[in-house]
Amino acid sequence: MTENNIVLEARGITKQFPGVLANDQVDFDLRNGEIHALLGENGAGKTTLMNILYGLYHQDAGEVFLNGQPIEIHSSRDSIKAGIGMVHQHFMLVPVFSVAENIMLGDEITRLGMILDEKAVAKRVLELSRQYGLDVDPQALVGQLPVGVQQRVEIIKTLYRDASILILDEPTAVLTPQEAEDLFRIMHELTERGVSIIFITHKLKEVLAIADRITVMRAGKVIGTVTPKETSEQKLATMMVGRDVILTVDKGLSQPGEEVLKVDRLKVHDFRGLEVVREVSFEVRAGEVLGIAGVQGNGQTELVEALTGLRPTASGRMLFAGKDLTGKPPRPLTETGMAHVPEDRQRHGLVLNFSVADNMVLNTYYRPPFARFGVMQPEAIDANARNLVKEFDVRTPSPFVAVSKLSGGNQQKVIVARELSHGVKLLLANQPTRGLDVGSIEYIHQEIVAMRDRGVGVLLVSAELDEIMALSDRIAVMYHGQIVTTVDAKKVTREQLGLWMAGARPEE
Amino acid sequence: MRQLAGKIGEGLKNSLPSAVNSLLVPLLAVLTAVVLGGIVIALAGGNPFLAYVGLFQGAFGNARAISETAIWATPYIFAGLAVALAFKGGLFNIGAEGQLAFGAVVSALIGYALPGWLGFDLPAIIHIPFAILCGGLTGALWAAIPGFLKAYTGGHEVINTIMMNYIALNLTSFLLNGPMKDPNPNNVIARTPVIAESARLAPLFEGYRIHWGFLLALLVAFLVWVLLWKTTLGFEIRTVGANPDAARYAGINVKRTIVLTMALSGLLAGMAGTIEVTALNHRHELGFSIGYGFDAIAIALLGKTHPLGVVIAAILFGAMRNGATRMQFLTQIPVDVISVIQALILLFVAADAIIRYIYRIRAASERVVLTRGWGG
Repeated sequence: MTENNIVLEARGITKQFPGVLANDQVDFDLRNGEIHALLGENGAGKTTLMNILYGLYHQDAGEVFLNGQPIEIHSSRDSIKAGIGMVHQHFMLVPVFSVAENIMLGDEITRLGMILDEKAVAKRVLELSRQYGLDVDPQALVGQLPVGVQQRVEIIKTLYRDASILILDEPTAVLTPQEAEDLFRIMHELTERGVSIIFITHKLKEVLAIADRITVMRAGKVIGTVTPKETSEQKLATMMVGRDVILTVDKGLSQPGEEVLKVDRLKVHDFRGLEVVREVSFEVRAGEVLGIAGVQGNGQTELVEALTGLRPTASGRMLFAGKDLTGKPPRPLTETGMAHVPEDRQRHGLVLNFSVADNMVLNTYYRPPFARFGVMQPEAIDANARNLVKEFDVRTPSPFVAVSKLSGGNQQKVIVARELSHGVKLLLANQPTRGLDVGSIEYIHQEIVAMRDRGVGVLLVSAELDEIMALSDRIAVMYHGQIVTTVDAKKVTREQLGLWMAGARPEE
Repeated sequence: MRQLAGKIGEGLKNSLPSAVNSLLVPLLAVLTAVVLGGIVIALAGGNPFLAYVGLFQGAFGNARAISETAIWATPYIFAGLAVALAFKGGLFNIGAEGQLAFGAVVSALIGYALPGWLGFDLPAIIHIPFAILCGGLTGALWAAIPGFLKAYTGGHEVINTIMMNYIALNLTSFLLNGPMKDPNPNNVIARTPVIAESARLAPLFEGYRIHWGFLLALLVAFLVWVLLWKTTLGFEIRTVGANPDAARYAGINVKRTIVLTMALSGLLAGMAGTIEVTALNHRHELGFSIGYGFDAIAIALLGKTHPLGVVIAAILFGAMRNGATRMQFLTQIPVDVISVIQALILLFVAADAIIRYIYRIRAASERVVLTRGWGG
């Protein structure tokens, strides 16, 4: 071990992808028993660096040292052998397997070389969970566990393979504030026992709360390494983006007008036929933002799908612009003035191999001026695209390139531009800034507030509590398919919302 | 060897304009298949150069050869367009063979029986289009069934079109051996009577067999292009094909579009059979069309599911089929070698990773969406 107790070090890492220098002379080191946060926007090169450390890519130049010794990592097998474990953003678990089965997957304990010894695994799992305060039942089926517990299973998986260096890729993205607190406790527990953690994130608050050191990356380069004491959210954001960023959304008082959307005792089933939206009622007025807070998987997705005509409603009514449009397909809803920024932009919002111009008329292609008598009008479609690209500042070489070539933020701008370009009375935005960089988030937030101020009703669904709090005039909390409570956004605290999201009942 | 191949790939890529670049893989697939086919010919004891000279002479050597190549290419164009259109809509129509057979049966029936039913002779200007229309619509209906099953029950169109092929081919066999069999006492073959003069598409030139059906095929290819890229219906078909979830989000009736896409595909396949009856054979005979519907899959893939590409690929396949006789005459190599070459072409186009590896072409980021996964 070196004098600073550096367990893992990357020196001068350079990785070139076609057209992108993903890592440019990156230096990074991890000390024994520390939490080192790696902060940066999407495309900053964090994931590339981690994939190099984890052996999924190989660097073009530069070296990696493990405990001071140069090491060549060519596969995840090598990295596991070197004691490096990674918990990916999307869990690599088999839902129909038990916790123990998932943990031993790929590293099975067997008797006579072929019979699985699940008992031995279960015993080891219990040992590990006791040792690190990770409460998990080895016999439980992974698919039935809450997300926070699934994440623990992923962590135990790495510990089971004797990892002493842990890479956590955006671990809090899927957690409630309380679950995140739990995770932070576990992370401290781990570091106290000599595990070193690399914590990848783009959430500034978390970084300041938990990291020992923070390294900020931008455009493939390391901008600097700081400690939480000597920095602030504003300073970190500036480092990430390269310019001053407005973190708080500047918005005046809302001027709520008439009701544009009324949802009355709506029930919706999921694909298994389970009732996941249970008698939900609320209304959205013109010129206000109603935020729906809640941990993912509490029925928000199905609620929005039902409201936008993508999923049938089981019972209840939806009145939009004074008309009963319950169960109507998307087209009449769009024509009545509903704009929808969908949760999964690549699945629902875009046709990736279509051009930017075609995507900008994806739901208006059939009507004038874009089509006449069933014949497409390329001039009108191109003109529309040029206008929107300029107006919404979409960074694209031309309106004719495939939208798949654009960055996530610009893809989202294509959707927002399209949805806001036709007469809108109600905007349904579901996770509108998920996975976007700070600059794009800033832009989309301003756009949402601008729509509100123009008298559009906005229904905002987001798992990011900060986003809900920044944009909403009123906040409804969804838990287990029901709206637990609806409150004035100015009169509620983050902590209170977090409790309701986790299932606490409001007092009144 | 790969060094050389890499140079060829590099050279072609640099010399071609970018629009042509997407044709690189099909071109190289054909080239590679021809080289490997040459090796097969040599192993079979023939002279590959002589064989290919024969193939070319037989296909394009003189006016008659060109006329015959066009005749071969005509059903290939229709059937290839059928499969390509379905691909654009995200559907894999393996049933062109059956749709084609039914199209042929019905147009033959209209061709020989309609004047009798009506009790008077029809003018050709009505009889020909009517026969073609009925045959095409039969194909459309036949293909709409698996389309309907796909859209409303999720039954996979690959399985269902294959099954529908068996039904179509056996039903055709029954009809041609039974109710529709040529009643001429000298006839022992399973075939229909000859169609009326008024139902026959004329040859283009005196003394050659090339007929108006070839021009019709080119016109239809153009119309398919217009449909797919210039109309809202085409936009809907392509959107459903590329991303059905986004199509639903955009308010497109995905189920209706799937049924319609299959019906249009079947219409084109049915026309392939119809043209063979009205322009060439003047009757339907059991077994005349075996394989058109399957070759059409290779043609659609080789043509990158683009109408122009399909026309070129269809002419290539037609030329190979037509030139094979001359090749056999010159080298005594059996015509079956052509099937080997065609199979190799299909293999290389379908598994384009092989071609990209041999010629060191980087995978294009835009990928042709052929079909979505099983049960998708």
